[in-house]
Amino acid sequence: MLKKTRIALAAVFFVGITLLLVGIGQQWWGWMAKLQFLPACLALNVAVIVALVLLTFVCGRIYCSVICPLGVYQDLVLWVRRTLGKFQMKRFARRAAKAKAAGKPVPKLERRLGKTFGYKPEHKALRYGIWGVFVLCLILGIQVLVALIAPYSAYGRIVTSIVNPVGWVVPLIAFLTLACVTYLAWTDGRSWCNNICPVGTTLSFISRFSLFRMAIDESKCISCGKCYKNCKASCIDGEAHKVDCSRCVVCFDCVEQCSEGALKLRFAYGSKPAAKAVPAPAAAPAPAEPVAPSEAKESASEAPDAGKRAFMLGALMAGSAALLHAQEGEKTDGGLAAILPKKAPKREQRLVPPGAESAKHFYKHCTACQLCVANCPNNVLRPSTDPGHLMQPKMDFDRGFCRPECTNCSQVCPAGAILPITKEEKSMIHIGRAVVDYDLCIANTQGVDCGSCASHCPAGAISMVRKVKDDRQSPLIPSVIEDRCIGCGKCEYLCPSRPISAIHVEGLVSHIKE
Amino acid sequence: MGDISRRDFIKAGAGALVLGSAAAACKSGSGVKAGDTEVSEGMPLRTNPNTGDKVSLLGYGCMRWPMKRDEAGNEVIDQEKVNEMVDYAIEHGVNYFDSAPVYLQGQSEAATAKALSRHPRDSYYIATKLSNHRGFEPTYEAGVAMYRRSLAFYDTDHIDYYLLHNVPGMEAFRQRFLDNGLLDFLLKERAEGRIRNLGFSFHGTERGLDEILALHDTYHWDFCQIQMNYVDWNHGNYSARYAYEELVSRGIPVVIMEPLLGGRLSSVPVPVAERFKEREPSRSVASWAFRFVGTMPGVLTALSGMTYMEHLQDNISTFERFKPLNEEELEFLEEMAGLISNYPLVPCTGCQYCMPCPYGIDIPSIFKHYNSSVNSGLIAQSTEQKDFRKLRKAYLTSYDKAVETVRQADHCISCNSCVPRCPQGIRIPRELRRIDNYVESLKQETF
Repeated sequence: MLKKTRIALAAVFFVGITLLLVGIGQQWWGWMAKLQFLPACLALNVAVIVALVLLTFVCGRIYCSVICPLGVYQDLVLWVRRTLGKFQMKRFARRAAKAKAAGKPVPKLERRLGKTFGYKPEHKALRYGIWGVFVLCLILGIQVLVALIAPYSAYGRIVTSIVNPVGWVVPLIAFLTLACVTYLAWTDGRSWCNNICPVGTTLSFISRFSLFRMAIDESKCISCGKCYKNCKASCIDGEAHKVDCSRCVVCFDCVEQCSEGALKLRFAYGSKPAAKAVPAPAAAPAPAEPVAPSEAKESASEAPDAGKRAFMLGALMAGSAALLHAQEGEKTDGGLAAILPKKAPKREQRLVPPGAESAKHFYKHCTACQLCVANCPNNVLRPSTDPGHLMQPKMDFDRGFCRPECTNCSQVCPAGAILPITKEEKSMIHIGRAVVDYDLCIANTQGVDCGSCASHCPAGAISMVRKVKDDRQSPLIPSVIEDRCIGCGKCEYLCPSRPISAIHVEGLVSHIKE
Repeated sequence: MGDISRRDFIKAGAGALVLGSAAAACKSGSGVKAGDTEVSEGMPLRTNPNTGDKVSLLGYGCMRWPMKRDEAGNEVIDQEKVNEMVDYAIEHGVNYFDSAPVYLQGQSEAATAKALSRHPRDSYYIATKLSNHRGFEPTYEAGVAMYRRSLAFYDTDHIDYYLLHNVPGMEAFRQRFLDNGLLDFLLKERAEGRIRNLGFSFHGTERGLDEILALHDTYHWDFCQIQMNYVDWNHGNYSARYAYEELVSRGIPVVIMEPLLGGRLSSVPVPVAERFKEREPSRSVASWAFRFVGTMPGVLTALSGMTYMEHLQDNISTFERFKPLNEEELEFLEEMAGLISNYPLVPCTGCQYCMPCPYGIDIPSIFKHYNSSVNSGLIAQSTEQKDFRKLRKAYLTSYDKAVETVRQADHCISCNSCVPRCPQGIRIPRELRRIDNYVESLKQETF
């Protein structure tokens, strides 16, 4: 029962967070992201931190089994392996029975697919070493390493890279992370969580002393070994009848396995339960582990990535060929003129979304979980490939601009890097300032009557002035009234100069609120 | 001309009928009597008084052939489908095929010629144009070369109907045909029989038409191609009625273009469509538009740019059992024209003359998408509206599907280079801005 509840809750969280990262249902499961430990710490979200610490203090690392999507993903990997192992055993049993009936020698099982665990002592040096380095990076602001191993960031990166890959650097890192986590989960259960994961280690400090801990009732134990053979955290010492609660993720697998009801979550500070025999709760062995079908679906959705990309490449090539053709069309009717794709300009000062307050504040808190990237409907946010801010989002206006009615990123950010703002507040926050490059402006170079930037500016910050003052023949060129510009990027997005816009937005060191 | 009363309309319509018969410019073929409600059998034929040509009342406009992408990804005409439709059309009595060197990115003439070459040369009439109005230097050499290229495409020694393409008035006429000597060349070709009928296609104002028609005594226009339909008759930005009457009074046969306004009169606002269906449940909405032009006796042929076999089949069935409109029905159409004009539709016929926009805007697709939303009653009026969220989502998602983001209305820089090209006189940048403002109101939920 406990295990089933755990699985059901884990499925809910896993599906919710995954959909969130796909960009669906922010209003329904946005809160799930806010419960993530590291983002909550960076956001100084005291309520969540206290709640998670209390939860862990009361009953151990349930967080790792339910709330953490990367933890649940590892369980999923292991479930696949165990299920395959079960099928293999069944088939083998059938074949063996057949052979026996036919009087033939029983075939041997060469390689068992299923996984049998056993107790392993804690890798203290590795675990605390990594944790130390992680905390140091966090303090020193070496963000790359933080984002690399923080579990929620890693999971976010994996999902967004599959659903909506941008460039190749971040998808490559995501793929390597996925491969690494999957391999470790397949071969060694929760080894990643108990050796590498900094959140796991942090919680282990508390779970070591938690009120309720998994414990073996020696009087009932028949030393069958089922518990530790099935312990994915390898934390049950069968000989000593001890459970290492710093590594136990409270999955209840062992409780379910124990036919004697010897394993229980027990209050650790009361009298020893040696004598009192508690009648075993309905501990009927459940051979088939029920895992919500939605979990299986999630892992299946990862496959068609390569096909999609090949298709897009093909479509792109076809499109560019058609555009070349259309260029001959000046003398005939119809067709579409070529449009060069825009390239983002080099910005002296980084742009960060409204609500981030300053680049400094933003980068200090951002865990690169990609949630804002996934929820940006305007194609403005994308993961950066700059070494200094690898995987953290950056803003560009080549495919859209920061629309006035949208505050999605500020609503979803679980780490407090982008603080929540309202639509009304957004219109009063200046995140950058438009700068005109007169060498690119078509009004200047081609003498075309344009003014696209000025007519589209929602802040009325651009006015068209004569290139030569008082000369009615000279072209009208845009000029930016600095303190009106809010840096939304509409001018940059709609500028007809391609591939580089003649007007671009420079970030402000600190955002200005009116 | 917009505010003409219904009575005037009827009078004018009936007057035109009488005028047409009196002028005897075009004798009706195969049993159609003007103003009569008698149903004809088979494709009606009209007689050209100049040459005696028996021309099918439904002509094929070759400006809207189906397109596809070839192996290299280029947009090309789907020749296989063109062949099928040309075969079907000829089989059902259509014998007038109108193309131009500039249509469909310059591919129309070749594709049309290819399909027609599979039929005997005397089973159809070729109409094509001297399209020296865009991009080309209006020189004598360029014009003659274009004419000769058309002869070569059709692999023929004569063109049945040759048009000066899109002549809006005297100034353009002088610049493109008079001063460079091209008109003299064409008159010589006509005299020698290589051009059997010389005429012009017209888009413009009443004054522009007067200017060109004043030259009729000098050059003798064998025919004239004008835009005419029941909306433009009284409610368009020029009066089709005026143009028609002027031509008929001079005995010039009239070729009709845009009888359906590029399909706009087949997809009318739903309440209007329902009115049509109440009267003739089994006839298409488009059939009314064809019956309107077909009822006018001065009409030699009505061109329809049929892209799909279904269009062709529907139109052929309209003409094969052709039923002219009576006075009451003309009155009904006038009422419908008034209703349609009250909708905030963009009068774009999708002719593609404005394209390619130098900044990559997909003008006709933007207008088509907007018009179809208007017709379906899917335009939101206020955020208070009960189904506002639904309308908002429907418009925005279908807009992104219909038009690539970088080709949408917001990218228009109002350079105005499209404006002189639009035969409907649409102020395109202004309309694009209107649509973009609507999109912005939807997105920001401000009305």
